[in-house]
Amino acid sequence: MMKRLLALVPVLLLLTGCSNSWGWYVVDPTTTSGWNNLKFMASGAYYTIGMSVTAIMISVVAGLLVAMPGLSEKRGWWLFNRTYVEIVRSVPVLVLILWVYYGLPALSGITLTVFWAGVLALALSDSAFQAEIFRAGIQSISKGQYEAAQSISLNYRDTMRYVILPQAIRRILPALGNQLVYMLKMSSLVSVIGMQELTRKANELVVSEYRPLEIYTILVLEYLVLILIVSAGVRWLERRMKASDT
Amino acid sequence: MSIISMRNVSKFFGDFQALKDVSLDVALGERVVICGPSGSGKSTLIRCINRLEAHESGEIIVDGTALTDKPDDLEKIRGMVGMVFQQFNLFPHLTVMDNLCLGPRRVLGLSEQEARARAMKHLERVQIPDQAEKFPRQLSGGQQQRVAIARSLCMEPRIMLFDEPTSALDPEMIAEVLEVMTELASSGITMIVVTHEMGFARRVADRIIFMDKGEIVEVGAPEDVFVAPKSKRFGTFLKQILNH
Repeated sequence: MMKRLLALVPVLLLLTGCSNSWGWYVVDPTTTSGWNNLKFMASGAYYTIGMSVTAIMISVVAGLLVAMPGLSEKRGWWLFNRTYVEIVRSVPVLVLILWVYYGLPALSGITLTVFWAGVLALALSDSAFQAEIFRAGIQSISKGQYEAAQSISLNYRDTMRYVILPQAIRRILPALGNQLVYMLKMSSLVSVIGMQELTRKANELVVSEYRPLEIYTILVLEYLVLILIVSAGVRWLERRMKASDT
Repeated sequence: MSIISMRNVSKFFGDFQALKDVSLDVALGERVVICGPSGSGKSTLIRCINRLEAHESGEIIVDGTALTDKPDDLEKIRGMVGMVFQQFNLFPHLTVMDNLCLGPRRVLGLSEQEARARAMKHLERVQIPDQAEKFPRQLSGGQQQRVAIARSLCMEPRIMLFDEPTSALDPEMIAEVLEVMTELASSGITMIVVTHEMGFARRVADRIIFMDKGEIVEVGAPEDVFVAPKSKRFGTFLKQILNH
């Protein structure tokens, strides 16, 4: 135990400045240049949030549309669901981003802006996971609920809309919150095609200031703050939904 | 004139035959009680009437319409057949009022005002108008089952099916549900009730049907069958449940 702790000493020395002296001045808000650097970094939040929120809205709808045939007893529908989920789930997000941005225009002739290419790739990737979440949520609703809906002659659409989905969504809310957290983090990958979001801004600043440690530490904190806000939001929503039916 | 007519109906679950060539006619306004040991097919029988279970052979005609998978026919029949379940199956995310209004609004196309008025009328009938804005889990089992009865009545069905409506209830709540059902029976609606409440059967039923192993073993008026059951199986069954 002692030996292991001692082994940490060189690491700590490294961090505290044996070979690297901290240079917090680059992000010191009391100086003009530090303040400007911070503002520059934070300005990426606009795109990080914008892309993530747009993508999650699309992926929730797409996920629901893909989940429905997965519940069908007809083999063709079911097969569509499985194929979609298995293929989309197996492509790394980074590869999907590159494919949508560089590959899709060549294939379809449609050129997407960096923002929409990023949103599309993120939404596509996430939709497979959303589909699985929705399927599990819908399957967790008891058969009696469907029977009660049938007994008052509700059709399939109304049964889903008024009886099954409202209950399923309450159950999967924590999982949906998780996906939004993932989405915020995955959006950093869109920096590779030039999106001016948080990670890209940090990279650009590193190139001009040569202070990676300080700047990336701030970047970590930026994501931390965003995600804590999302978590608090999801918890609030869960509480509110619970309160409405207890 | 019979409102429900079942001819040689069979139903399988895998290799298990739940209904064996069952034939049964129910007259308009008749009150029928079905009893029998568990696994005898009594629940399956009434679940076939609104096609929660699809029968494999034979035919079921409800008010002149044959039960098939045709969506129009199915909707027509489900519109006139109400059902009350053992586990209530209320919609837990909706208030009592919204549970009652959903069908009338979405299926019958009533306005919100009309649906609410109708819901209140039936809540008063089952004696819980003051619980309208509560959620199901805030109610006792007996109250929940009465809401479920009111939810069915809001669709103004001509036939009511009850699938062991008091089996999931604590003893002190059984009476309040049976009381509502007795009142309902006096209104002239056609009722088919699967239950072991023999006191209720004796008071309310026009006919008692005893089922065992997927077959109708005995049919008769309560005053006859309770006094002198013709079949040995029914006699044994009655002894068991009356003496417990």
